[in-house]
This record gives sequence, structure tokens and C-alpha cells, in this order.
Amino acid sequence: MPFQYKDEVTIKFAGDSGDGMQLTGNEFTGNTALTGSDLATFPDFPAEIRAPQGTTAGVSGFQLHFGSRRIFTPGDRCDVLVVMNAAALKSHLNSLKKGGILIANIDGFDHKNLRLSKYPDGDNPLQNGSLTDYELHALPIGKLTREALRESPLGTKDKERAKNMFVLGFLYWLYDRDMQSTIDRLNAKFARQPDILQANLLVLKAGWHYAETIETLGTRYRVAPAPLPAGEYRNIMGNEALSIGLIAAARQLQLTLFYGSYPITPASDILHHLAKHKNFGVKTFQAEDEIAAICAAIGASYGGNLGITGTSGPGLALKAEAIGLAVMLELPLVIIDVQRGGPSTGLPTKTEQADLLQALYGRNGECPAVVLAAHSPSDCFDTAMEACRLAVQYMTPVILLSDGYIANGAEPWQFPTADQLPQDWKVKFRQTLQADEVFLPYERDEKWVRPWAIPGTDTLTHRIGGLEKEDGTGNISYSPANHEYMVKVREAKIAGIADDIAPQTLTEGVENGDLLILGWGSTYGAIRSAVRDLIAEGHSVAHAHLRHLRPLPRNLGDLLRQYRRVLIPEINNGQLVKVIREQYLLPAVPFNKIQGLPITSAEIKIAALSLLS
Amino acid sequence: MTDTKIALKPKDFETDQEVRWCPGCGDYAILKQVQTAMAQLALRPSDVAVISGIGCSSRFPYYINTYGLHSIHGRAAAIASGLRMANPNLSVWIATGDGDCLSIGGNHFIHLLRRNFDLNILLFNNQIYGLTKGQYSPTSELHKITKSTPVGVIDHPLNPLSLALGADASFVARSIDRDGKHLQAMLLRCEQHRGSSFLEIYQNCNIFNDGAFELFTDKATKADTALFVEQGKPLVFGTEAQYGIRLDGHQPQRIDLREGSFSADDLWLHDETDLYKAQLLARFFDDPRTTPNALPRVFGILYAAQRPCYEYDLNEQIAQQQAQKGTGNLDELLSGNETWFIA
Repeated sequence: MPFQYKDEVTIKFAGDSGDGMQLTGNEFTGNTALTGSDLATFPDFPAEIRAPQGTTAGVSGFQLHFGSRRIFTPGDRCDVLVVMNAAALKSHLNSLKKGGILIANIDGFDHKNLRLSKYPDGDNPLQNGSLTDYELHALPIGKLTREALRESPLGTKDKERAKNMFVLGFLYWLYDRDMQSTIDRLNAKFARQPDILQANLLVLKAGWHYAETIETLGTRYRVAPAPLPAGEYRNIMGNEALSIGLIAAARQLQLTLFYGSYPITPASDILHHLAKHKNFGVKTFQAEDEIAAICAAIGASYGGNLGITGTSGPGLALKAEAIGLAVMLELPLVIIDVQRGGPSTGLPTKTEQADLLQALYGRNGECPAVVLAAHSPSDCFDTAMEACRLAVQYMTPVILLSDGYIANGAEPWQFPTADQLPQDWKVKFRQTLQADEVFLPYERDEKWVRPWAIPGTDTLTHRIGGLEKEDGTGNISYSPANHEYMVKVREAKIAGIADDIAPQTLTEGVENGDLLILGWGSTYGAIRSAVRDLIAEGHSVAHAHLRHLRPLPRNLGDLLRQYRRVLIPEINNGQLVKVIREQYLLPAVPFNKIQGLPITSAEIKIAALSLLS
Repeated sequence: MTDTKIALKPKDFETDQEVRWCPGCGDYAILKQVQTAMAQLALRPSDVAVISGIGCSSRFPYYINTYGLHSIHGRAAAIASGLRMANPNLSVWIATGDGDCLSIGGNHFIHLLRRNFDLNILLFNNQIYGLTKGQYSPTSELHKITKSTPVGVIDHPLNPLSLALGADASFVARSIDRDGKHLQAMLLRCEQHRGSSFLEIYQNCNIFNDGAFELFTDKATKADTALFVEQGKPLVFGTEAQYGIRLDGHQPQRIDLREGSFSADDLWLHDETDLYKAQLLARFFDDPRTTPNALPRVFGILYAAQRPCYEYDLNEQIAQQQAQKGTGNLDELLSGNETWFIA
């Protein structure tokens, strides 16, 4: 049988919540990584924990994009779609390319499944000729699984659970894979349940052999290794990278990490990850509400810990007053907002970038805080480190924006070793006074930063609070001139951070050109892929992606002015574009999609081409 | 930090800030007693942190020469919780009022108590909003005329001690601004108790709610309306110790010892470790102005018991995890369980 080499492939696994599609997807992903492909993944969970079986509300999906070229997104449309039941077909068929491979489990298209997924009675899509645009492989996966396990002592239900291994084996054959990584993992996972282990191994191999034997599969596919930098890699999800980044930053700062949080989708996994690492000295605190979570973090920072809180949009709204307090106290604090669709409860399990203006401005009074955004799962690590650095070195709250798309998405990460991390971050608390010196809690250094003197330090007792204070002494002051001065000083401190961040660089393309696409956050992959394609097609396009949203990099205005047009794609109704227009008086053009879904690179290409023509 | 005790005077706990409460405010008396108690306890000023929210009472930190944080409305409990978790060696005091603690901060208050952080909560209860100039508070009595209730309060007043016991507070006490000696004794016990020590202090707001507690402080009425409990002593009150409280089943009964039906031997003996009795004492909440032969208002320590404190358990968990797994290898954390090489 011939092998066809592909540059890139997108596969989606879709089935009922109980069909094990996340596990199947993760397993195939792990195996793919070992082949040297670059990749990106994204899970698509149902909103309900136990949605009714067989309905479209209960469909759980997992998308993997891998290739021999650099991969920046989980893929726009799929080359392969696996559907374990009719509801999965109904939900995801529109994401399959014309001519794409459709692998369907016939047993999931019985009368009951068709009814639950609202196909017309007696009108089975696998049989009515409606799928002729695709390369359909309708397999009786349930039946074949039971057949393979005829001799197994397992009960019917346990046998049924192994059917995802059939899919995995089938795809391993189709993509010419070595199954050893999965065999090893099954051996480890079910070491104490030999019957279940045997069943999984049998069905995995049955899937492989079935693919090998049936004659309908005309082609097998191979994907060559991608030109990734040499080194050691791991797979990483955004929320996990963020958690590791916080722990690593606390280590380098030589501070105890305190994380106060209230459960909220899609940020809760950060609390879960950190709670597992108490041996790093990490203190996690599940507070009674969002306000208590941030206030406890402020209290911890006041006491000399690195106070951090994490939430999503509704929680950020609740924390606003406390962020204002931290701005007045000038204490280090990191606030993580894993954004989701809003307003109000909105779309808790769907992604959006609509909290940017809330992060920048959503507080009473003139209340500047640093705002950063992570752009990919692994970038959450670097951005978390940067957030902690700035919070501590500038005695300020820092808001870190992530979103549901990168929080749950995964990609290979060439992780650093501990000795590659910055080694000169150790915090210097104010400890002593000179003879005759009076301690001034709001005395500032050349960067407008006040000293961090923590309770328990001899001779430095002082009082701070949310009332306006006199510069230097920190005593309450209602002086008109002092208030104006303090407002300007707090602003100058944050604005001055622009001198301490890297100038804005281009991710793709060259300076001076027809079009710059400027992005922030999780649109990174889609923009970068689109710009690569456009450059390859001969267009004069570049891509810049912001990590620092407040303050903005010093050179950003000059960079933007080098292009005839500036396009700003965002998963919101136009927020960064407002900031850029206001800041630089440039006619930047918005491109917005507000569907709870990522923007695809195809959509960005279309928007870009309309400006280039 | 050294453990050499230094002789301190109340004056050592004064700051250079001008105290800005209204002349005649009960807060002055409380401030003086707290400064005296801190000196008495030989606390090093640098090991003390006073945390407050918003309200007249929340100006407290500015006037005590320790570490202090004047925060936002209702949130002192949450901030103090974080501070205790960050540094369990500090002596932490929360200064709060009836609006700050029981209205906007009610949620944090109950959760602080159930977690039993080792700190002191001083509730300055004046049954009115003073800083915002005279609206009723969650502890204002029914029918009270205030700026926001021109035809009378229809909100049922909250009983802070019952609420605290309902949240499983491990130390619950009540005192009053005008009785310096009693207040002093209560403050000392608060600091000595390991866990959340909740002290409600009746505090007179002479501008917006003058005389709210006069019946409990006025020489003519005090003895008949206030009952000062002491561990192991019978519940006796009255100008000539002529009244007592006995339990009729689970019903507290006010008796007149002069009538001869009962003697002092029949009276309820105070036991501050008895949660059930503490809950009854907290329910002695009649308004003596409107209820004849009311049960007296109880002052003193209603309840004090030992149970685990959140911050010590948290540190214990961390120590256990470190003993089991080591203090955390950053390289292992960064690499995770599964890696691969690209050549």
C-alpha cells in the first residue's frame, strides 16, 4: 500500500461524554509528539457535567492539528473526523473538509441515537447518501469490540468502554504509527487490573488489524518531523503552564507563593494544579468568594508572600474594588483572568477576549495597573513569570489575561531547566533604618517604587490604607495638590515600566509594508499561520503580537506607522483597536468574531486580503 | 525577632497622628484599653498588625503604633486571614464596626470564625452608621428613627454573638466601652486565646445614637440589666445581688432570690466551655427598654474552647508534603512526567 506524505493534518475525535474521546485524543497526541511533528490541540467539552447521553449537548470533542511544518493553532477544518454517534456527526460534520475522511461508529446510529440527535425518523445519514462528499468509513465499532473481547471475563459495560481503543488502533494504522507508547501507558495505568489491561490491548490491536484487513482504505499517511529546534520537549496545557510559571517565579523571587481563589470556569484548574504542589511551599486558599480570594492575597502580600488570585471575567468584576486597594497600598499582587464569554455568566465554557477594557480601566478612580496577556498554552509560563516579576519589582497589581482557548489548549513546549531561569530576582525587603532616619513607607526610588517593609520587621512599624495619602509619610492627606500629585505618580510608575520591557518585535514579516496584523492573547496562532501563508503568497504583511498591554511597548507607535494599514483581529467587539486608535491616532481596522469560538487563520486571511486589494 | 520581653507602656503604642473621632466618642476609651492591653501583654509593636475595613472604628490602625492596614469596607477579615496564613507569628487584631463586620462583611466574618484563624476581632457595636452620618445598621433596634428610616426601622436586628456561635466561633465575649476594667480583662483573654477571639464591644456613638447602651452603664439601671458572668460563678445580678438565672429544663428563668422559692444553690453556674449554655446566654437579647423583667444582657466570656486553627493546619500540611516528597524540585516540575527529544 502506498504512503502519502502530508504537510499537516487535523483530526477531530467526537463522541458522547462517556465515549473516552478526550483520552483517545490525548493518547494520539502523545504518540504524535514522539514522531517529531509540531502540534496543537483543543478540547471542546460539553457545558454540562453529565449532559443527556446521545444528545448534541452531550458531545465531547478533541481536535489535534499536527504537521511537518510549524503548527500554531489546533486547525481550522478537519482532514479526519471520528464520530462515535449520530449526535457527534450532527455537531461536527461542518468542520470536516470536503473529501475528508469520516470514521463513524455504526452502533451509535441506531434508532434511539438518531432520535436523540434529532435526525428525521428512519433517515440514517450513514445510509441515505448525504455523505457522498466525504470518504466515509462506517464501522460497527461496538460490535467489533465485543467480538474482540468474546473471551474476556469483563462485564458488558466494561467491554463497551474499550471501544475507544479500537478507534485509536485504527488511526495508528492509518498514520503508520508505532503503538508502543500507548501499550506502555496502558501497562502502567492498569498494572493492577489485568483483565482491563488485556481488554484494552486486545481492542487496540483489533483496531489496527481491522484497518489493515479491510480493503476500503486506499492510502496510508505519513507526516515527516517538523523543523522544531533541537532539544527536550513536553506537552503542556495553558492553565498548567501558568501554574508552573507562578511556582517558578516564586522560587526565583525567593518568596512563598500564596494563591487565593474561588472556583470558576475556566480558571479552577490553576487552583487544582497549585494545590497539588504544597511541597513547594505553595499555600492555596479556597476562599468563600471572589472578594475574599483577592483580599486574602493582598493580606498575604502585605505579610511578605507573593499574593496571587485567579478568576474569570465575572470574578474580575467582583475583585475590582480590591484591585484599587492594592493600587493604593502599592503592594505586589497578580490577578489572573482566564477569560470566557460574557457579559454576566455568559458562555462559561467558551472563549472570548472581552475583558481587556475591564482589565485596563474597570475600577473606580484613576487606577493604573499593569496588564499582560499570554498568547499560547506554553506562553502562559513566560507571561506568569513576567507578571510576578513586575508585581514585585514595581510593587503593583498585575492583571494577567489568559482565556478558555489557551487554558485548555495544549502544545509541545521546549521547557527551560531551572538554571536557565533568571537568577537575580531575589526580593529585598526593607529591613533596617539608618541612625536618626524616620521610616517613610511611601518614599520612592528612581522608578517611583516604594519600599516593601513587612510586619514583623523591627523598627519599621507603619500604617497604610485605601485613603489618599501624603507622598513619603503615607499619612492620610486630603490636600488637593497632593492628590493630583499622587495620581500622577501612580500613573508614572506604571508608565515607566515601558523602559523595563522588551521593544515590540515582529513575529512574522519585515518592517515597512502594506499591512501589519496586530494581535494580543489567543489569536496568536491563527494570525501567525495566516501571515505565513500570505507572505508565501507574495503579500507584504507582518505580524506583531502584544504581551504588554499596559504599559504598551515604547516603540509600538513607530512600528505601527511603518505600514499602510493596521488590522486588529479580536474575539470581542473591538477593544484593543479602541486603545490603539486613542493612543496613536491611527485608523487601525478591527476584525471581530464574537461566537465563543477562536478566530481561524482562514478568516484572518480573508480579512487581510480585503485590506490588501 | 527575639523573645526577650521588653517593658512597654501604653504610650509606646500611640502614634503621632491626631485622633479624629468626635469628642466624647466611645472609641477613645477602647483605643486606650487596647493600647494598655498590648503593653500589658508585652507585645512588641513590630509583631502586631491591626487590620480594619471602613467606618469610624476602622480608623483604629492609624492610632496604634504597630503595623496597620486600613482596607476597604467589610474585607478586614479576609485580609487578616491572608496575613495570618503568610505569617502565623504575628499578633493580628481586626478593628471593625457593626456595619463593616455584620452587613457588608458578614460573609467574611462567618467564614473567618469557622476557619478559626488565630487572631482577635474587636467589633465596635454602636448600632448605627456613624461615618456616613446616621443611617440604621444591622444591629439597630426595631422602630428606630434614623435618617434612612424616618418612620422607623423594620429590619429585624442581628444578634452578633448568636451569629458567631452559629459559625462555630471558638471564643465569644462581650464588653462595653464605659467599663474600662472589664474591657481590659476581656482584651487580655482575647489575645491569650488560640483561635478567632470575637469580642463585641458596646460603643456609644454620642452624635448619632447617644445613650444606646445607657441602661447597661447608668448607675441606676446597670445592676438590674447587665449580668457579668465569670467562670464557675452563679449567674447573679441586681443592685443587691437579688436576681439570678436558673435553668428550668432548657429554659432560662429570671428569679428573684428574695421571694424565697429558690436559693443561690439553684442558680446556673457559668461554664464558658459549655457551647449549649453559651448559645442560651447569647440569646439573652431582650430590649430592657421595652421588655419588663427582661433577661439581663450578658457581659464577659460566653464561650471559649480549643479547636484547630486554619493557618497552623495549612503549615502542617505543607510540612507533611515536604517530608513525603521533598521541598520541590523545580526541574522535575518543569519537565513533567513525559518528555521527548527532537534532534
